[in-house]
Amino acid sequence: MSAAGPTPATPLPAARGGAAPQSPFMRIVADFVSNPVAIFGLAMLAIILVLALFAPLISPQNPYDLAQLDVMDSRLPPGSAAPNGGTYWLGTDDQGRDMLSAIFYGLRISIGVGIAATVLALVLGLAMGLTAAYVGGRVETLIMRIVDIQLSFPAILIALILIAVLGQGTGKVIAALVTVQWAYYARTVRGAALVEKRKEYMEAARCLALSPSRIVFKHLLPNCMPPMIVVATVQVAAAIALEATLSFLGLGLPITEPSLGLLIANGYQYLLSGKYWISFFPGIALLCTIVSINLVADQLRDVLNPRLQR
Amino acid sequence: MLVFIIRRSLQSIVVLLAMSVLVFVGVYAVGNPIDILISPQADQQDRERAIAALGLDKPLWAQYWSFLSGVAHGDLGRSFVHSTSALGLILERMPATMELALSAMVIAIVLGIPLGLWAGLRPNGIAGRSIMAGSILGFSLPTFWVGLMLIMVFSVMLGWLPSNGRGETTLLFGVIPVSFLTVDGLKHLVMPATNLALFNLALLIRLTRAGAHEALLQDYVKFARAKGLTNKRVIGVHVLRNILIPIVTVIGLQFGTLIGFAIVTESVFAWPGMGKLLIDSIGVLDRPVIVAYLLVIVTVFIVINLLVDVLYSVLDPRIRLSDVKG
Repeated sequence: MSAAGPTPATPLPAARGGAAPQSPFMRIVADFVSNPVAIFGLAMLAIILVLALFAPLISPQNPYDLAQLDVMDSRLPPGSAAPNGGTYWLGTDDQGRDMLSAIFYGLRISIGVGIAATVLALVLGLAMGLTAAYVGGRVETLIMRIVDIQLSFPAILIALILIAVLGQGTGKVIAALVTVQWAYYARTVRGAALVEKRKEYMEAARCLALSPSRIVFKHLLPNCMPPMIVVATVQVAAAIALEATLSFLGLGLPITEPSLGLLIANGYQYLLSGKYWISFFPGIALLCTIVSINLVADQLRDVLNPRLQR
Repeated sequence: MLVFIIRRSLQSIVVLLAMSVLVFVGVYAVGNPIDILISPQADQQDRERAIAALGLDKPLWAQYWSFLSGVAHGDLGRSFVHSTSALGLILERMPATMELALSAMVIAIVLGIPLGLWAGLRPNGIAGRSIMAGSILGFSLPTFWVGLMLIMVFSVMLGWLPSNGRGETTLLFGVIPVSFLTVDGLKHLVMPATNLALFNLALLIRLTRAGAHEALLQDYVKFARAKGLTNKRVIGVHVLRNILIPIVTVIGLQFGTLIGFAIVTESVFAWPGMGKLLIDSIGVLDRPVIVAYLLVIVTVFIVINLLVDVLYSVLDPRIRLSDVKG
């Protein structure tokens, strides 16, 4: 841990081909694209994000506009002809919805909930972790004990307890995800902050009699961010998976917000009669989302880790 | 050691009490179980009688107090729905969950450690790379969806394995019903156990690989080789024993996670365990069962964490329990 935080200029590794010194950002970009698997993950993630973002524009059908649905079309296998001349490429569900459109809309909801939960948990975790590291003493002990106790229980269990306590609904699911995840950030940022706190630039900032808020937000926080970015990326995937699991169990999002987990749960009852597509394709979409995020996170971890700098 | 265990036990009681208050108050706030339990046709008198019978007319603190004094007598309340002891309901289903979790752990260990060693010893071989790629998939696959796909392939398409229930059970030691001793039971157990094992399998592969990878560079391995020991002995005795410490810790800690995730697997495969009971109880707001489940599971977790800490100090003499934060 001798290297300074990666965002301020770390001693550059002999840049490729002895080129002129790069900015840290350029170095990170260059390191990131050096791994073909990571590029693949990033490309897949980009496609998924575009699909989710523009779902209403590219979906063949608005799956929640009842006027466009026909029960006669329910449970058609993939490739069946649709009445409007198109094709149900991925089949239809029990209400005659085009699965492809339902998946695009589902991605939108799953990713939206995942990102919202991650951002809120990140902010809460940062606040708690930085407070623990900066204030120290009893406050630190209390916060970190809560973190320890919470992290010793599996996430799914805590989320289920909270849903049992709070009841169901989109906001409550997000609240449950935030409660599950803030502890990871708090622990990570506290670890980083304790290391940074002892460094000379922090001492210099204190000697300049800067206000505590300025020290924390302008000096300490930016240098604690790299590990947080990695944790946040992994946690987006974890949040999406957890939300899908809760929704599958019937304790997640309401039916009016059909995330991928709900789509999979919908198909569960038809699976035994061989109608695999209602559960199979949303699952593939979920899997691709999680894998692509994990691939990107894996490479980010290597690129942002000062100890691994070649 | 004794002081450590006593201190930890005292702390555990505090954690348990805190959890019970949180859960009790929280679960109370969910909604009114009366609306679900009493038919809408019942008149006001019937309603009041039922509310009084369930003890729901008393103030919250009084309900908590009667709950606590019940706990002291080993009584965690009666299920609103099943009208039997909540603790009894849970203990009745515990063997099914434990069997599932233990089987999953055995599968993860038996496959994970050899595969991880293989990948660690030949990191650049095709097999090593495929094993690692597979382990990333194991992390990313959502458990419940894998369960569905297993059912789709092995139950629906191939028709080899049954998709739900425990099958035929026999009594182990005359009291504990288990599935793994009968052919029918084993058939029912294979899919859920494999499903539950996947995540831990991936974890053990990565952990063993990382450990083996690191251990091979150490001086003691070079020295063992220089002594002319066979490769088998170097790997089997010197490398394996040194990487076993973190592996055993993770196995211990992950056992709790397995019990937690069994909730999902049990729901997919209709396995009659505690997790399925919890999901059903949340659905019908069967408060005493939810509270009792949580208290039982917290107790199981506290015991597991304590055992792991003790085991850790036995395996690695360099660690002293006074250093481990309770």
